[in-house]
Amino acid sequence: MILIVAEYSGGKLAKSTLEMVTAARQTGREGPVTVLVLGQNVAGVATEAAAVADQVLVADSAALSTYNAETWAAAAAQIAQEGEAHTVIVGGSRSGREYAPRVAVKLDAPYLEDVISLSGSGEGLQAQRYTYLARVTETVEAQGPVIVVSAKPGSFAAAAPAAQPGEQYDVDLELPESRVSVTGRNVEKSSRVALAEADIIVTGGRGVGNAENFGKYVEPLADNLGAGVGATRAVVDAGWRPYAEQVGQTGKTVQPGAYIALGVSGAVQHLSGMGKSKYIVAINKDAEAPIFKVADYGIVGDVNEIVPALIEASKR
Amino acid sequence: MKILTLIRQVPDAEARVRLSGNAVDLDGTTVVMDGMDEYGVEEALRLRESGAGVEEIVALAIGPKRNEDALRTALAMGADRAVHVETDERLDAVSLSQVVAQLAQTEQTDLILVGGQEADWDSQALGAATAERLGWPQLTWTNELKLDGDKLTGRHDVDEGNESFEASLPAVVTTQQGLNEPRYPTLPNIMKAKKKELRKDDLATYGAQSRVKFVGAEIQTRARLNKIIDGKDPQAAAAQLIDLLRNEAKVIK
Repeated sequence: MILIVAEYSGGKLAKSTLEMVTAARQTGREGPVTVLVLGQNVAGVATEAAAVADQVLVADSAALSTYNAETWAAAAAQIAQEGEAHTVIVGGSRSGREYAPRVAVKLDAPYLEDVISLSGSGEGLQAQRYTYLARVTETVEAQGPVIVVSAKPGSFAAAAPAAQPGEQYDVDLELPESRVSVTGRNVEKSSRVALAEADIIVTGGRGVGNAENFGKYVEPLADNLGAGVGATRAVVDAGWRPYAEQVGQTGKTVQPGAYIALGVSGAVQHLSGMGKSKYIVAINKDAEAPIFKVADYGIVGDVNEIVPALIEASKR
Repeated sequence: MKILTLIRQVPDAEARVRLSGNAVDLDGTTVVMDGMDEYGVEEALRLRESGAGVEEIVALAIGPKRNEDALRTALAMGADRAVHVETDERLDAVSLSQVVAQLAQTEQTDLILVGGQEADWDSQALGAATAERLGWPQLTWTNELKLDGDKLTGRHDVDEGNESFEASLPAVVTTQQGLNEPRYPTLPNIMKAKKKELRKDDLATYGAQSRVKFVGAEIQTRARLNKIIDGKDPQAAAAQLIDLLRNEAKVIK
């Protein structure tokens, strides 16, 4: 079977899980596409997963109430072994890429990390992935009785519901004790469209000026366009915006239909997180800013002058 | 308490990447210590300076000859000695973790520091895979770290926001920007570093082989329209841009 470990947030199945189902089907490898849901009170997530998967395994227990790399890895590896999975697909989120290598070690499996395409290749899998801060696209292959893959968010189409929902089964797991205790949590959820799921993203960089200007320029423009709000590393480091909005090497990787960068210079680390967007739009007062080199559309001008005009012009 | 800090020599982020055949050609490219690893070296030094009972800091690199420079930099920053497993063979991170785990055991390491993501392979897997092989916990994307006895506390980034944590050594910690501000090696320390031990190991003795085959590489540049409007008249420029997005790109309604 092909085992997918579900990603979800706030009791809702994440789009990345639907994308992993597509990735699984694209391999053309045999056996049911199986989604494993780990957590507590996840019946709703499991039902959503059943709409797209051949079968759903549900591990609903207090021990899984919060994500932990070791617990998640142990759970995925155990189910992969018991179900004789030949392919294990994990989300390419920060957490997914944190526990997937552990699953690979536990299963003595090769690991294809953060792939943007996936296909069956003889006894194995072939995939593409980005390297060199997403400037190079590499083709990789692995063979073996079981292969672990993490799928880059936004790289595969979301699977559509099947005619018949998959069966759901409860599973029991033997889980290790977590050795990391979480003593504090600072959840920084953006109140808007999740970045990974947004069709349009409006991102502010240092050129926006200050935290207040995000409320004056970035947010109203995003609201007019029904867009998610992003931020650069510099802006997050300055404390203007939450980390959840950070796009780039150390933040999220996004590829929306339109990425609108306001006062963003376009450092390589930032480009690696958004350079694959369908359309890139830049507003910057520095005509030499690297962001213009990758922009489809742009205005050379001060954010303080251009964005209020854009907010006005984008009203319907 | 011994710290192993993993480093790599990679192209500078601003350097132009070139292909030769089906692989990236670094000939003539400016290479530097991977920035994310540099935070690890710095953090090891800071933990020692904080009085955390750090007896030794060993810098480890696995890879081609160019990594010697990164190791010399780490020694000049203040690491005590270096180990270089020299190879031109490219190993995937999970296979590479076999080497790191073996060295951590022979070096009796208590704490491994490694960058959160590699600037060349864009991989985040080495720290986690090493932790799994050693049976250790891991803390990834750390931006604050304290050590008291064998108790680690700190803060790290997670999917949505950040978490404060507590864990006990031994452990693997991955590092990133924001954790600290790496020091520049001073000239006297650069001179001193030349006398520090830099041991060369043979990859063959570790029995690690890549489980991933690297078939090819290409640079896919997306042709961009580059329609840049002069913003001297903000209203006109904004109206023109919105019109392009609506009617040409058709990305907004």
